[in-house]
Amino acid sequence: MSGRTAGRLSSWALVLAAGAGVAVLVLPIVALLLATPWGDLPALVGDPAVLQALRLSLGTATVATTVSLLVGVPLAWVLAHDDLRGVRLLRALVTVPLVLPPVVGGVALLLLLGRRGLLGGTLHAWTGLSVPFTSVAVVLAQVFVSLPFLVLAVEGALRGADRRRALAAQTLGASPGYVLRRVTLPAVAPGVAAGAALCFTRALGEFGATVTFAGSFPGTTRTMPLAVYQAMDTAPEQAVAMSVLLLALSVTVLVALRGRWLGGLPGTGGRPAGRAR
Amino acid sequence: MTGRAPALTAALTMTLLGVTVALGGCAPTGTARAGDDPERVEDRLVVLAAASLTDVVADLAERATADHPGLRVETTFGSSATLAAQVLAGAPADVLLTASDDTMLTVTDALGGEPVVVATNHLQLAVPAGNPGGVTSLADLADPDLTVALCAPQVPCGAVAADVLARAGVVAAPDTLERDVRAVLTRLTLDEADAGLVYRTDVRAADGAVEGIEVPQAADVATEHPALVVPGAPHPAAAAAFVTLLTGPDGRRAFAAAGFGPP
Repeated sequence: MSGRTAGRLSSWALVLAAGAGVAVLVLPIVALLLATPWGDLPALVGDPAVLQALRLSLGTATVATTVSLLVGVPLAWVLAHDDLRGVRLLRALVTVPLVLPPVVGGVALLLLLGRRGLLGGTLHAWTGLSVPFTSVAVVLAQVFVSLPFLVLAVEGALRGADRRRALAAQTLGASPGYVLRRVTLPAVAPGVAAGAALCFTRALGEFGATVTFAGSFPGTTRTMPLAVYQAMDTAPEQAVAMSVLLLALSVTVLVALRGRWLGGLPGTGGRPAGRAR
Repeated sequence: MTGRAPALTAALTMTLLGVTVALGGCAPTGTARAGDDPERVEDRLVVLAAASLTDVVADLAERATADHPGLRVETTFGSSATLAAQVLAGAPADVLLTASDDTMLTVTDALGGEPVVVATNHLQLAVPAGNPGGVTSLADLADPDLTVALCAPQVPCGAVAADVLARAGVVAAPDTLERDVRAVLTRLTLDEADAGLVYRTDVRAADGAVEGIEVPQAADVATEHPALVVPGAPHPAAAAAFVTLLTGPDGRRAFAAAGFGPP
């Protein structure tokens, strides 16, 4: 067999394997869209139970994203400083929820914040409050699984930003907080926005940790993914309608991300022009 | 309801089943497919059972395996509604055990078959050990200060719970509506909920972690557990033998020991 034939064969094999990859990712979505009862969609999506789940999902995911921004951006800033001690260990800890099955996160949250939990037990004994079965539990579950996405995205953006501008501001007498607020953050704003969008969609899709930790009650803890799961048994056409709605939401975020923010992600441009190598 | 809903149900469930079957395919090989050769002894049996039957059916499956070395019994437990939907979509199941006649009817109406009631059951008011919420009657389920876990109304235990509460004239204030009765039980065993309605057999299965309180309205609403040899089962002989085991003296004993009532 000549080398050229072998090369052609191997490139065909590559194309086939890539095609299989595309099929795995795209065909399920195609099946979902084909099974969608488009004519009944407005009525199915307009159902009060669906709207209730949608409101809860959008509300909790927004709060979870806000919380993630408030704690995640400072965390990313710490992680972007290799010179600090223990940063590698810290990054490993932050990445764990990213690779952990969400249901395990739910079990862990229950063991921490349940009525018998490590902290939840004390909280319940002192105040009579308990976290599970509340919308707060939903937000916590969402933050647990989605915060790492934001942190890693923002850290990447911070590393990609031109450090010399921060250094210049520092030598001109600016405090570290001032440099972060007025120099570094504006430069990485696109990265922060992209991270927030990822975080939001991940929070919107959270299922395992929520159902384990927060339970499932309409209006309080039954978010869209939980409602889809519940509807599969009894009203599958409604489950499909809700799935299409979630798909549309996610794609909307993706399109917004590409159109406005992707240009600012590290490695895709957005660095200060004329930067010397 | 739209006309295409049943087809849609079937399509969706088939897709889910495809995954299940593909995963099942990873199981040890070398087991002959019954039905390929009627002379061969059937060496595999697939049993789908309601969550409330988890312990007793697992126990009887073990007994069947002990009585028939070489027989592999595969059990799946879950909400009756889910299992019925799977069977309707053509899941390769041999025996179906549900927690309600209504759920069984959805299967027999479509596929035929003669279900046999193997046991009865009823709900109990259940609380975590020590009764931290001080629950004494069904009326406590309406207390907004207590954390109450019930089954979702779409699944049999939820439907029965709704019936029981209606008879007692109680408008419950649940904090979570779980997908099957064992999920409610878990909330109680973990002491995350103060009260819930589960089958009295679930209270017994919790082995002291949960206390049951008999309530008359619940005892009035008996739940029947029908068993069905699924028409078109891949292993009909083993399935029939298993249902005979369930209704026979060994089965009766096992059900009684788990707290079930006789059919």
